[in-house]
Amino acid sequence: MTVASPTDFEPQGLQPQGWLKYFSFSLDHKVIGLQYLVTGFIFYFIGGALAGVIRTELASPISDFVSRETYNEVLTLHGTVMIFLWIVPVVNGAFGNYLIPFYVGARDMAFPRLNAVAFWLIPPAGILLIASYFVAGGAAQSGWTAYPPLSLSTPAIGQVIWILSVLLLGGSSIFGGINFIATILKLRRPGLKLMQLPMYCWAMLGTSILVVLSTPVLAGTLILLSFDIIAHTGFFNPALGGNVVVYQHLFWFYSHPAVYIMVLPAFGLVSEILPIHARKPLFGYTTMVYSILAIVVLGLIVWAHHMFTSGTPPWMRLFFTIATSFIAVPTGIKFFNWLATLWGGKLALNSAMLFSCGFIINFVFGGITGVALAQVPFDIHVHDTYFVVAHFHYIVYGGTVFVIFASVYHWYPKFTGRMLNEDLGRLHFLLTFIGFNLCFTPQHWLGLNGMPRRVAEYDPSFTTLNQVSSVGALLMAISTLPFLINVIWSAYAGEIAGDNPWNALTPEWLTASPPPVENWLGEAPLVTHPYDYGIPEGKIDLRVASGADLWFGGKR
Amino acid sequence: MTSLAPGSPNPAGAAVSAQPTSQAHGTSAHAADDHGGHVDARLFGLATFLVADGMTFAGFFAAYLTFRAVNPLPADSSYELELILPTINTALLVISSFTFHRAGSNLRSGNQSACRSWLLGTVALGVAFLAGQMVEYFNLPFGLTDNLFASTFYALTGFHGLHVTLGVICILIVWWQARQGGRISQHDHFGLEAAELYWHFVDGIWVVLYGILYLL
Repeated sequence: MTVASPTDFEPQGLQPQGWLKYFSFSLDHKVIGLQYLVTGFIFYFIGGALAGVIRTELASPISDFVSRETYNEVLTLHGTVMIFLWIVPVVNGAFGNYLIPFYVGARDMAFPRLNAVAFWLIPPAGILLIASYFVAGGAAQSGWTAYPPLSLSTPAIGQVIWILSVLLLGGSSIFGGINFIATILKLRRPGLKLMQLPMYCWAMLGTSILVVLSTPVLAGTLILLSFDIIAHTGFFNPALGGNVVVYQHLFWFYSHPAVYIMVLPAFGLVSEILPIHARKPLFGYTTMVYSILAIVVLGLIVWAHHMFTSGTPPWMRLFFTIATSFIAVPTGIKFFNWLATLWGGKLALNSAMLFSCGFIINFVFGGITGVALAQVPFDIHVHDTYFVVAHFHYIVYGGTVFVIFASVYHWYPKFTGRMLNEDLGRLHFLLTFIGFNLCFTPQHWLGLNGMPRRVAEYDPSFTTLNQVSSVGALLMAISTLPFLINVIWSAYAGEIAGDNPWNALTPEWLTASPPPVENWLGEAPLVTHPYDYGIPEGKIDLRVASGADLWFGGKR
Repeated sequence: MTSLAPGSPNPAGAAVSAQPTSQAHGTSAHAADDHGGHVDARLFGLATFLVADGMTFAGFFAAYLTFRAVNPLPADSSYELELILPTINTALLVISSFTFHRAGSNLRSGNQSACRSWLLGTVALGVAFLAGQMVEYFNLPFGLTDNLFASTFYALTGFHGLHVTLGVICILIVWWQARQGGRISQHDHFGLEAAELYWHFVDGIWVVLYGILYLL
């Protein structure tokens, strides 16, 4: 194996240098990673504005802020933008592209051109999706699930554009997944064994396997749905002899694993962040790896728990309840491994650590409601209510988005060479954590008491809790201000970070900040023990370590 | 509240070393087709893509089998498919896998003109298959939107036919590149191997499709 810098295979002079390279068809995995990250954040703010419209409308029980049709369009766009244009691209594409080549000791991804193609599918898909709001009949109105026959009876143009956009994004996701699998399995530096890889590699390997196995099924399903809309076939149209439940099965065969596509990389990222800021080895590396693989396998066979009210036969309900409950085991193993990693560590309570701890708290709460939802009797009671909305946002916002913020605070020094401001970061965390919980905790009560999701109007008895939720949403919107000020101001005036501000051992920190095009000027370092923090001197005696020791980082 | 000071040395216990790789750095300036001198993972990547593609078919097959089990057609619109033409077509595709394999082994043994003949033979078989599909389409008594079976039939065979068409185009490109002095030679035959892997995949899918659509 020979190693050459990525510039070797691109004619010099064609690739723009400086800031222009971020707008080019760059083949550098670091540039592509940041392209994903910034594009993702742009769509995050768009999706956040749409969420603002939803929460403003729901501050009163009648439909007064927007019309019912507009509300349906807005909630469909909110879900689609947040899932396909924000979380999946950022947590996979952005951090995956930036970090995986470092972690395997490579100069770039296995297929740099495919990588650039995968990224450049995203902006057109996003523009297409947002633009569909302005076409005749407006954007799709059938939610991010696009269930027929609803999606067959709502305005067709918006729905077809929605399908086209999701197909492009699915293609981007599949290309990315192929690239990650090939990079992790084939491009490892000689001497680096699989069980020595940082945990994020395992998370991305598992995620990419899910992407490759499940995304094509969604693509095929949406092609059939578009036939139903355009050519008036009857695959999913009961009026023409079709079967709507088949659509639901195929859709959830992708969209349940999609939850793991959104949350497994977050597991990996948080497993990178915690040991560094707790100055302790990652607890239970081997069990972490097998938990990820178990989640991948189980994640593929639990989809019908979304369909307990779709006339599923009893044996199917039983099977999917049991399989879903099983997922709590590997997930619980990871949860306790994170706690054990923190236990007795010298915690640096910086923004990255705070957001990671916020993730652990929110995620365990969302996980518990998830186990509850897997039980058929309970699920039938709360199906399609705000309880499900609350559960989902605890996983995807309280879980993944918190980790994205933790990761930005953690890797920003590597991306830019400058530190983020910690005071603004902690303010950001405080506002986000309070706002998030204020927004979504009341929705559990709303759902338990029967408020349905996806409606612009509701029973007036739900008004107070909805207004509390809307105040929480406002707080979340405000919380982005310190973040935005921080990332922009720090890029110009932040404290110089140096190569390795966190004294980390993972390979991306063993080079300059920002790294050179070829990642390392010399040979790639061989990091066989990426989490060996504080081993010789840091033998903290668990019998005498108290909770206060944990909170004050042992510095009292 | 604490973060370690910038620039302090690596914590104790760091297992970091910089061992040299097996070959010297920067020996691959020719790297245009070599993906930056990395290990060649292109066939592996293609195989991964084919797994994904196969999952699309798997989704279609699952939908078809479920429709069949849950949504039986009314008696007056059910129709028994003719078996002769599809069986001949199956034979053509299976044979074409062998002819493609012959093309590959001829190339590897340096017989480039024989390789190109076998490639043309494979193209002929592929085109004959597509022509057979066309004949079948024109003789069927149902159209795309007539009923659920008709829609599924055309979606499955049409999606597969699209794959065969792409395959034929790929083989023609390989045939052109395998000429004397072309891009594909005895020592550099990734393009041929990729097209061959894809072609075998398309054949395999057809055999499954033939089994569940015509025989079952």
